[in-house]
Amino acid sequence: MNPAGEEPREQGDGVRHDGRDAPAPPRAQVVVCIGPGGVGKTSTSAALALLAAREGARACVVTIDPARRLADALGISSVGNEPSRVPPPAGQSWAGELWAVMLDAQQTFDELVSRYATSEGQAAAIRANPVYRNLSSALSGTQEYMAVEKLFELQESGLYDLIVVDTPPAQHALDFMEAPRHLARLLDNRVFRMLMVPTRVGLRALEMGAQLMLRTIAKVAGGQVVTDTVQFFTEFEGMEAGFRARAQRADELLHSSQARFVLVCSPRRDTVEEALFLASQLRHEGLAVASVVVNRCYPRFDAVPEDVADALREEGLGGVVANLADLRAVGEKEEQQLARVRSFLPEALVLRVPLLFTEVTDVVSLAELAGHLSGAPAAGAPAAGAPAAGGS
Amino acid sequence: MVVEEFFAQTRVFVVTGKGGVGKTTLSGAMANLAARHGLSCLVVQMAAPGASRPPETAHLSRLFGQDGVLDYEELVLKPLDGPEPAGQVRARALRADTALVEYLHAHGMKRLSRRLATSGALDVVATAVPGMPDILVLGKLKQMERAAAAGQPGAPDVIVLDAPAAGHAVRFLQSPHGLLGAATGGPVRAQAEEVVAMLSDPTRCQVVLVTTPEETPVSETVETAQALEDKAGAALCTVVVNGRMPHLDLPADLCAEVLVGAAGRRGARLSEPGANELVAAAALRRARQRSEAAQVERLAAELPLPQLELPFCFSTELGPAQLALLTDALESGLASWSPVRL
Repeated sequence: MNPAGEEPREQGDGVRHDGRDAPAPPRAQVVVCIGPGGVGKTSTSAALALLAAREGARACVVTIDPARRLADALGISSVGNEPSRVPPPAGQSWAGELWAVMLDAQQTFDELVSRYATSEGQAAAIRANPVYRNLSSALSGTQEYMAVEKLFELQESGLYDLIVVDTPPAQHALDFMEAPRHLARLLDNRVFRMLMVPTRVGLRALEMGAQLMLRTIAKVAGGQVVTDTVQFFTEFEGMEAGFRARAQRADELLHSSQARFVLVCSPRRDTVEEALFLASQLRHEGLAVASVVVNRCYPRFDAVPEDVADALREEGLGGVVANLADLRAVGEKEEQQLARVRSFLPEALVLRVPLLFTEVTDVVSLAELAGHLSGAPAAGAPAAGAPAAGGS
Repeated sequence: MVVEEFFAQTRVFVVTGKGGVGKTTLSGAMANLAARHGLSCLVVQMAAPGASRPPETAHLSRLFGQDGVLDYEELVLKPLDGPEPAGQVRARALRADTALVEYLHAHGMKRLSRRLATSGALDVVATAVPGMPDILVLGKLKQMERAAAAGQPGAPDVIVLDAPAAGHAVRFLQSPHGLLGAATGGPVRAQAEEVVAMLSDPTRCQVVLVTTPEETPVSETVETAQALEDKAGAALCTVVVNGRMPHLDLPADLCAEVLVGAAGRRGARLSEPGANELVAAAALRRARQRSEAAQVERLAAELPLPQLELPFCFSTELGPAQLALLTDALESGLASWSPVRL
């Protein structure tokens, strides 16, 4: 479709080099959709997974906070945290399978705690701590971190050929990439270290600092908070290594050739700039954007000669002429934005998705959207000897 | 209602809506309109909840033809040099970490403040006390509102908070209520009480909801409105439908032959492909106008709030020309606007 835009490190769409029966579970391709808020990232993620399912892959999409009707359509509004299978619309069939899961950050975190706790008692004590209960909702980046964790978990399961992950709107930086390191950073925090080693010999100065910090926090927020915090870090002791190692492996996955990044935006200056900012952050991480999906593009129309325009106005058809001028004006502006995207990301495949007449609120409209994405280097390999049993 | 009356209803307008529907654009248009009527307006943006960095985009500045990125320091977007009566538009960003430093300064904990803020301790406090960064930012907002109420020199007449996207906004405005319910004490509790008092007083603070005339944004706006009233106890001022296509009369039975014939009668030659372009463009516009009208109607049916409308600008980048257009639309909309619920 656009040979220049293909990633050279990839094996090419639809071809997987796993001819021999390896004992290890098949490694899924991973597609991470990033972009600013309100540009159709969730729908695009689901459509990319649908596209792969149609082409024969067992594909799973991880959505974060989808619009209710889309969640209903995917059958994930009531099912928590485990993939459920999405049937094709009536009268259609897919060569592969589409699975969808709505991220439940709290539950994902709970499972992670159970995995690394040395005993069920430790896991239970951590889960009961109020500070822990706040982690998933209050700590910035926890949702992103859990999305990475979910992605990693699904990849490890060996049940899918392709996993597409939607990400929370990244406003400032590539929070998603940084997410796995975030908790590690929190645990490494100087203040926490002070809290955890308040009595160690030779750290008298630190001890005083720690006491002062604790007193301040107690003064500002109340003593109970300090008690809970100290309790939490005492309970958590011994688990950081496991967390850190897993975060490291998730990070490696995102940096491996298994992972591809799809940038989603709309052809407006502000979203294009935010998207290109994200792309530059990826580049800084040594990663490339495989394709850019530009949603909500107006169709392009040719102009009519000025004498024709005048004639139509005189015939009482001025609205028809004015409308063409309006739509041409926005089309021209959009081309300028698309040109910026192309020049900033010459290696990426840029896909223009037209403004759709129906919103993506069911599988039929999702399939329509998917139709506009074919050619996106996101479709995974068709499953040769698909693994048995679903994810739930 | 005259513009002055609209802005006199309350001191802080909290602008929120789904991501990408035009919160910042509306904030800019409101500020510009206030300034047009001699009022000075401060637009406050905030870093995403939990994040400590300022917004990266210069969208708001660009509406006013400027380039600055907002930070904690105030930026003058529209100076007081216009024709009488013109007010000033200023803008700034609020950040939880800086607000924490200010707060500690003000509460006699100056020595610790810098270290606490720079050591990442805010993450610690935020984790221990969810909503803590929010309460710091809201506390700062409340302080600015008090200054405006007292008519302090330099204080604005109107404050527009360009708030986080809908879901985050609910959580953000709910935070002080959550803190009151939690086992916290000390100055944070006092701060939360004062913020709740501001949020639930319609003479001090009201919410303006923005949406586009499309299905998902309208649905989410209705949900957000309910959540804001129920959970955050905030008064809703109005809903603004942004980006609506200006209405054009386009014949439903338009076809290429009709256009070719019409042009021919005036001695102009319209080719058939040219006629088809016009027909296709008209069909798109009509379909769009129809679906937008249906969504606006549904919004009115499901959300009993007065409505205002801002037109789609047929541009992909908004600058002073579009800002003027949107400000005009807001002004003419307000002429027939009434705070009475539908």
